[in-house]
Amino acid sequence: MGIVIDKNTRALVQGITGTQGSFHTKLMLEYGTKIVAGITPGKGGTEIHGVPIYDTVEEAQQKSSADASIIFVPAAFAADAALEALENGIKKVVIITEHIPIKDAVGLMAIAKQAKATIVGPNTPGIVTPGECKLGIMPAHIFKSGGVGMVSRSGTLTYEIAAGLTRNNHGQSTCLGLGGDPITGLNFIDTLKMFASDHQTKAVVLIGEIGGNLEELAAKYIADQKYPKPVVAFIAGRSAPSGKRMGHAGAIVTGKTGTAESKIEAFRKAGVSVAEKPNDVSDLLTKLI
Amino acid sequence: MKLFEYEAKTILAKYGIPTPQGGLATSASQAKEVASKLKPPVVIKAQVLVAGRGKAGGILFASSAEEAETAANKLLTMQIKGIPVKSIWIEEKIQIKRELYFGITTDRFNQSYVAIASAAGGMEIEEIAAKTPEKVIKLLINPEYGFRSFHARQMATKMGYAGNQISELGKVLERLYCIGMDYDAELIEMNPLVETVDGKFAAADTRIILDDNALFRHQEYKKRLLEGESELSPQELEAMKNDLAYVKLDGNIGVIGNGAGLVMATLDTIQYYGGKPANFLDVGGGAPSEKTALALKIVLSDPNVRALFINILGGITRCDEVARGILEAKEKVGVTKPMVIRLVGTNEEEGKRILTNAGIHVLESMEEAAQRAVEISKQGDK
Repeated sequence: MGIVIDKNTRALVQGITGTQGSFHTKLMLEYGTKIVAGITPGKGGTEIHGVPIYDTVEEAQQKSSADASIIFVPAAFAADAALEALENGIKKVVIITEHIPIKDAVGLMAIAKQAKATIVGPNTPGIVTPGECKLGIMPAHIFKSGGVGMVSRSGTLTYEIAAGLTRNNHGQSTCLGLGGDPITGLNFIDTLKMFASDHQTKAVVLIGEIGGNLEELAAKYIADQKYPKPVVAFIAGRSAPSGKRMGHAGAIVTGKTGTAESKIEAFRKAGVSVAEKPNDVSDLLTKLI
Repeated sequence: MKLFEYEAKTILAKYGIPTPQGGLATSASQAKEVASKLKPPVVIKAQVLVAGRGKAGGILFASSAEEAETAANKLLTMQIKGIPVKSIWIEEKIQIKRELYFGITTDRFNQSYVAIASAAGGMEIEEIAAKTPEKVIKLLINPEYGFRSFHARQMATKMGYAGNQISELGKVLERLYCIGMDYDAELIEMNPLVETVDGKFAAADTRIILDDNALFRHQEYKKRLLEGESELSPQELEAMKNDLAYVKLDGNIGVIGNGAGLVMATLDTIQYYGGKPANFLDVGGGAPSEKTALALKIVLSDPNVRALFINILGGITRCDEVARGILEAKEKVGVTKPMVIRLVGTNEEEGKRILTNAGIHVLESMEEAAQRAVEISKQGDK
């Protein structure tokens, strides 16, 4: 179980011969992910780590009938790669690439909506359903299967918190990175909905950060829907100044919008436990379940 | 990337949006010359990228070319929020009947651009939204067909205009949208957008922020950012050139980590224990040793730094590579400040061995390390 991906997921890797694409294909295969084909224009007919390479997604699909794709293509060409996947019937696309222009992301998301496809990212570490499937770049050993659904806007901070959960015996159902960009495919509310109906998920850990108002909207959703599972949140960026971009394109306080205080207050009002430090997340979970 | 007012106004004029007649000057005599060709009274505006220029005295008025020269001299010798004024923009003061607002930015929840207008302008749009929310008009833009003429007319009507003024104003709105798309703006606004006494519309002031991730499509601005003037500090610029994310803060604990979220949480943890971070620096994923060395050099170039806190959680990043980078930097840059290092994850054992052999103590817990860094930063304080 878990959400978005599971042991039956059949995935393509777009940009499979690049440094990152090749390195992580190997690690995903070792994890047990079914990588059925790779795409690199001009390298069709060869293979890497035993995975056949095609020039186009169209060709790959004729042979492999994948239902997901993970993209490692450079920023200037990444939206094009995602569109290629969508046009060829792929309904789950994970975009690892960072630095995709906003305009490209906006155009892509509109088409994904029409295609009723799920986009994870861009600028995400990916998604992992421990013990079943990993479509991402996260270190595998820090996760273990269990009942905590994790959703986050960040990479290493998620690893930090996940490792803490695993140490304290809080295994995870699925851990999903929304991505650090202002425009991403899935958002907190979409993911909360999926976790609500996933039987394996008993509680949710939500890791937000400064910028935008998606955390505030998620808090409102949790309160309005009387969300059926306990939620623990952590928000990064309490010490961030206004107007400065803190590493992620999406992590910026503009005027008074997007502050950590606003998000923490929204969650507290919605009855969500908010951790003061990353390590406190695990203790709060223990109290709730 | 923020554009200067003069850059933004030049673009608007190119797209046929009326802006006040004006010109750029970098000296008082040049300002006098520019002003002599304009119809007085004129406005003299400091070209700086920090917000709150008006309140800081960066906008002056003059009724003659001579007065403009005096005003220019005053502006060119002042600093606004620590930034010296290097150039000024002189323009004709327009006769305003009404101040409006129009801008385009992104809507994260709807994954689209959104056009925002208001019949009350001149203040920050957030302020307008807080004071008179009923006057704020929003329109989500469907990227498939964009912001069309009819959308622009619709907004003009909602802003309270009728007759010929609908298409007059509509044209201005539509053109601004085109600029936003053509230049990959993450924010573009006319504030105030004004209705002049003769019923025309003009952009009295304008702000454009380009999407940093799209600068590869706008080389002329990328060049200006990297080689010329920008809002960036020397450290921020050096970091940007090397694909590192650095933000200068006002504390004394230098911070280096991998991953934006982890570094933000590190700063928060330092603050939680009563310390003050000097900077944000994300070395990114899979950083090779040279990059770690460079990161150290940048952080240490800030004289306020008393202690260094390196927080690495190895995923794609290998702890041994980071450890080598730290030693490399120690040798080349000559790190004399005390360092607190927390290193866990991929190749952790090897990383620790390298540092321990060099006499550097490595911690495992982020909280413990943060507390230690805070203690060190306060040593010597009374």
